[in-house]
Amino acid sequence: MMNKTPEQINQDLLLPLNSTSWRYYVAVAALGSLVIMGLCAWGYQLDNGIGVSGLDRPVFWGVYITDFVFWIGISHAGTLISAILRVSNAKWRRPVTRCAEAITVFSLLIAATFPVIHLGRPWLFFWLIPYPSERGIWPQFRSPLLWDFFAINTYLIGSFSFLLLPSFPDFALVRDRSTGWRRRIYSIVSLGWRGTPKQWHRLEMAMRIMAVAIIPVAVSVHTIVSWDFAMAPVPGWHSTIFGPYFVAGAIFSGIAALIIAMAVLRKLLHLEEYLEPIHFDHLGKLLLAMSLIWFYFVFAESLTIWYGNEPSEMTVFWVTRSGQFSWLFWTMVICNVIIPAPILSVKRLRSKIGWTVVASIPVIVGMWLERFLIVVPSLSHGRLPYAHGGYRPSWVEIAITVGSFAAMPLLYLLFIKVVPIISIWELKLGQHEKPAEAPATVPGIAESVPASGR
Amino acid sequence: MRAIYGLYPDPDSAQRAVEVLQDAERALGFKEKQIVVLSGEPYEDHPFGQRDKKTIMPWIAAAGGLVGGLLGFWFISFTQKAYPLITGGMQIVTKWPDGIITYELTMLGAILTTVATLLITARIPDWRRHVFDPGVGEGKILIGVVNAPESCQDEIRRRLCSAGAGDVKEFAG
Repeated sequence: MMNKTPEQINQDLLLPLNSTSWRYYVAVAALGSLVIMGLCAWGYQLDNGIGVSGLDRPVFWGVYITDFVFWIGISHAGTLISAILRVSNAKWRRPVTRCAEAITVFSLLIAATFPVIHLGRPWLFFWLIPYPSERGIWPQFRSPLLWDFFAINTYLIGSFSFLLLPSFPDFALVRDRSTGWRRRIYSIVSLGWRGTPKQWHRLEMAMRIMAVAIIPVAVSVHTIVSWDFAMAPVPGWHSTIFGPYFVAGAIFSGIAALIIAMAVLRKLLHLEEYLEPIHFDHLGKLLLAMSLIWFYFVFAESLTIWYGNEPSEMTVFWVTRSGQFSWLFWTMVICNVIIPAPILSVKRLRSKIGWTVVASIPVIVGMWLERFLIVVPSLSHGRLPYAHGGYRPSWVEIAITVGSFAAMPLLYLLFIKVVPIISIWELKLGQHEKPAEAPATVPGIAESVPASGR
Repeated sequence: MRAIYGLYPDPDSAQRAVEVLQDAERALGFKEKQIVVLSGEPYEDHPFGQRDKKTIMPWIAAAGGLVGGLLGFWFISFTQKAYPLITGGMQIVTKWPDGIITYELTMLGAILTTVATLLITARIPDWRRHVFDPGVGEGKILIGVVNAPESCQDEIRRRLCSAGAGDVKEFAG
């Protein structure tokens, strides 16, 4: 554990807010170009209709829904992991939490755009919102898609609050070290934070409550996303384990995204003394556990389907294991288990940051493929053989997907210019915090206080 | 508002200063609530960091969750009954699907209530000028007295110094 003075910590962690290299602008420009490309593709789709995508009978859910489920999964990197680490009072969480919480908010924002993109007429999106319309018609509350609307918005509001509340003290710190317009802006966003004991108590209590509340919300979000599929009697979807299976996969991909983001930030912002190999080692252990849990779910689901031998289920089973989609399935298994599990099992490799990143990158690829393999083969091979069909994503879908993958680092780059990416006050707290069983004593009080003052 | 305060480099000396001021408050004519403590991080393991600790925030959050859930369920069932849908004898107010949305609104109620309670009880936002020193952000702990009687300001200054303040300053806002 590094041992730095509060002033050194301030200087190190506020440096990215105060200085910008030319590389930063190049990266923002490159990523911004890809995002604009994605937006242009969406504009093309709006102009010409949903027919420019590869969606066609019988596959009406394709890459857009794959992207939606994938980004919802990535969002579990942050708030859920951060909340679990807070509730369990894991000391090593301090440099990690804000990186993770930011991933959640950004990936949820990206995920929430995909159902809208997927709508043929996205300008009618507001029909999902329960409002007293002149036709007297309310949304269908029995639909899992409406459950999504409520779950995702609750998670987004909770995650945004979870990210924002502990940022007030750091905004106040930036305020006190700024001048001019920056000082005015940070004065407003810090809400006049001063650091009285009352404010600290209330903040810590609020974070404890939020951590407890956000864990079941996070679990419910991905469970409900899984129910978008599992509530339908479609081969390969109608499964009771889909809820926990999706949650496990979400945490799995989320941890992988967090490791990659932390490694990049560590390198770019020179945070070597704050994001230490031990943090990657701990996250690597979590990633290994989730890799094995994910494989257990895949095995359990596969074995149950194979043993049941129900014809329409077996059609989807074989088309993914040895048919048209098999190369995607086995790539997924290689990316999610064959590559990461051995690397992360060896402590010597896991404790090296480069190797944890090498284990994490394939997981991102593998989990995207997993989402694709859930969505497409089941729709293209339904219960009626005469209705079987194919699906090939169009350039519009690919461009929008690439744009979403660029939007995530772009939002992150913009974020690190306005908010310290490591919670400064929590890091300082970790340096002076004593074990609970060792109460503080105040030595020398009798000697130093004059008699007249007592 | 006027204040005299000292900046302390560590929590032990800050605790000493608070105790010195608490011991002297009656003699010098100010009240405990006039003692101000500011720090750049929480010090819950020191008595001075435990001022104003008592809160019913968890109960308020629970009540907020309850209200959110009840309002949510009422709203859903109201809208389901508002439209004369023919269901062939099936339930109009469907408890299991409605329960999912009720659950989400329960958690949303708890979250929003927690945020609101934090803002209200921590008295933020508050952009008025209060006693503050940028040294707090550098790890120092500010201990002082606001609106102390003129007659005892020198004595307060002396006591803050005796407790270990590196620097005793005045604030006028």
